[in-house]
Amino acid sequence: MTKPPPLTFVLMDAPFESDRTTTAFRLLDAALEQGHDINVFAYEGAVALSFARQARHANAVHGRNEGDEAHPLAREWIAALLQKAETKGLKVDWVNCGLCVDERGVAETIGGVRRGGPPDFWAMAERAANTLVIATR
Amino acid sequence: MLTLQIVETAYRATLEEQDDPVVWITHAMRSAGAELAVLLRGNAVNYAVAGQDCSGLQLGSWTQAQPPRLAADLSSLLAKGVEVLAVEDDLVDRGIGKATLTQGIQLVTRARLAEVLERFPRIWHW
Repeated sequence: MTKPPPLTFVLMDAPFESDRTTTAFRLLDAALEQGHDINVFAYEGAVALSFARQARHANAVHGRNEGDEAHPLAREWIAALLQKAETKGLKVDWVNCGLCVDERGVAETIGGVRRGGPPDFWAMAERAANTLVIATR
Repeated sequence: MLTLQIVETAYRATLEEQDDPVVWITHAMRSAGAELAVLLRGNAVNYAVAGQDCSGLQLGSWTQAQPPRLAADLSSLLAKGVEVLAVEDDLVDRGIGKATLTQGIQLVTRARLAEVLERFPRIWHW
């Protein structure tokens, strides 16, 4: 059976700001489920999705301690996708826009994420069957 | 000072935050003694629907344990003495029936909106 072609995604929203981020991650998960290698170019605020220092917290409004709150963290979502890809023998190339990282001071990322720039995005788009832009609104 | 929180943009990172950030900060400020009310308008009127269930988010091996419970968060605001209103015309536009709404939420028509806003010396539009 022929392997599905790679797909490229551009994400632009910062974590904890928009449900577009959750939708984007669901699409990434679905692409892996269908056997696609995926490329992700994180641009502007989306470079903070992989920031390693994101931390869980208790939530007094919800009446839950840190453990029970189990607050979602985008860095853990990325890690889960990387793990899923590895399990399925697929590739995830997650590239953060380097200048966007510097502006925000979020260079400390989880493993499996690399620094790059617009030429990487162009190369990702050139080698993909299609590119989906999920931009900030 | 009595303050009205108008929520218009809905489902803004609700799955990531496990709540709506404006409803959450209303809870937090109310607990600190603030006098607040909430008006749902536009897409945010859907927060008033009691039967919402967005559980089941799974990304790879990660599964959400505590999905947002937006209608329940409004109910608990009501229990804290926070008035919660919704624009009736916005519900009608979206085909949302009154029977589906969380109890205690007051409906206000667009025609009466100015009259309602007059009651609040401070208004924050989110």
